[in-house]
Amino acid sequence: MTPLAKLLEAALFASARPIPTEELAALDAEASKAAIAAALDELREHYDVDGHGVELIEIGGGWQILTRAEYTEAIERAQLASRPARLSAAALETLALIAYRQPLGRAEIEEIRGVSVGSVLKSLHERGLIDVVGRGEGMGRPLLYGTTPIFLEYFALRHLEELPRSDELAVALRTEPKPL
Amino acid sequence: MTETATSPSPYASDVPSGSFVVELTEFSGPLDLLLTLIREEQVDIYDIPIARVAEQFLLRIRTLQLNEAADYLEMAARLLRIKALMLLPRGDGAESWEDPRAELVRRLLEYQQMREVVDVLEKAGEERRSRFARAYLPQSAAPAEAPLALSLSELLAAVDRILRTTKAPAVHDVIARSVDVPGAITTIRALLALRARAMWTDIVTKDAEPWVVLSTLLGLLEMAKLGECKVQQPRPFANVEITSDPASEAA
Repeated sequence: MTPLAKLLEAALFASARPIPTEELAALDAEASKAAIAAALDELREHYDVDGHGVELIEIGGGWQILTRAEYTEAIERAQLASRPARLSAAALETLALIAYRQPLGRAEIEEIRGVSVGSVLKSLHERGLIDVVGRGEGMGRPLLYGTTPIFLEYFALRHLEELPRSDELAVALRTEPKPL
Repeated sequence: MTETATSPSPYASDVPSGSFVVELTEFSGPLDLLLTLIREEQVDIYDIPIARVAEQFLLRIRTLQLNEAADYLEMAARLLRIKALMLLPRGDGAESWEDPRAELVRRLLEYQQMREVVDVLEKAGEERRSRFARAYLPQSAAPAEAPLALSLSELLAAVDRILRTTKAPAVHDVIARSVDVPGAITTIRALLALRARAMWTDIVTKDAEPWVVLSTLLGLLEMAKLGECKVQQPRPFANVEITSDPASEAA
């Protein structure tokens, strides 16, 4: 491995969170953007080709070393680490709406989901998955919510655009409307 | 959207009345339930047989947790309203007739689209959950303090200093002084024997000690209870007027 790839590996190993590309670049002032990208590629290939128990993943505009999925059960069984709790269906529905329509207020979410979402918003906010990003124009200037970098991290997304575009969503029920 | 084995069937009719034990945990909301019904009944979402679906919907929500009920009941009301609107004669201008179900269809499609995103997120979340990052080791907030370098003489000097500055604790002797109610009653009786009407200030002087005041008050209340005298106060904080009760005198 090149010295730069080794440096990046050390930094990624030391960090518990994904490291944004620009912060990786700051590790070596002389390295160009292309050199960093090449070193990251080298590191990823090193893990993949040589067969390592960890892999390099791009998440939320940053990079992180994660264990491979096949070892999760063994690690968890040995109680060395435990998986975070699953999100409830209500939480996922609320997150899905916010991810696509942010900034989005509580009233709109409740209108689409057909249930009150106060407690769900609170717990999502507590988990750092959403944040208040502004206030709406309407009555009472409602709080508007948006997703956070932790949201991308939780779902291991590079960026929001990685989610399917709305027009890509194949609505299973969509059939040609009959003349009513 | 399959029902789990542990959750009671929504059709169960043997649920004792008055208990709300059935949780619709398998549905995340009324739209979810509605969509499930439409799938189960295999009907066209653009041509929902509203009477049948409304009936099924009501059947399912008959037993609900109280805090969830409102959202489902609101949808039930909506369905029944649409059902009623469908029964209204459409009039001549069929062109201008708007299907009362249109709004519901729009919401269902929107909800369905959101559910697809949920599926994507669920998959992505599961994928991430199956990988571990480096464990987070919380840093200790402050660096550990340097060990104390101290000689025995320094320690003894410090102890001495502290002992010097500490005053002997102030000790008060508290003597219990009992309240003398019978004595106070005797005094009041003697006073009332002299004159029929007395004021509180006649009995209790301004510089009277608290135990005297308390004794007199208790004695006065006791006498009033026995009917030996009448105690009156024209307004709050005014002087108390004591009169010997003629009834007791007669007796």
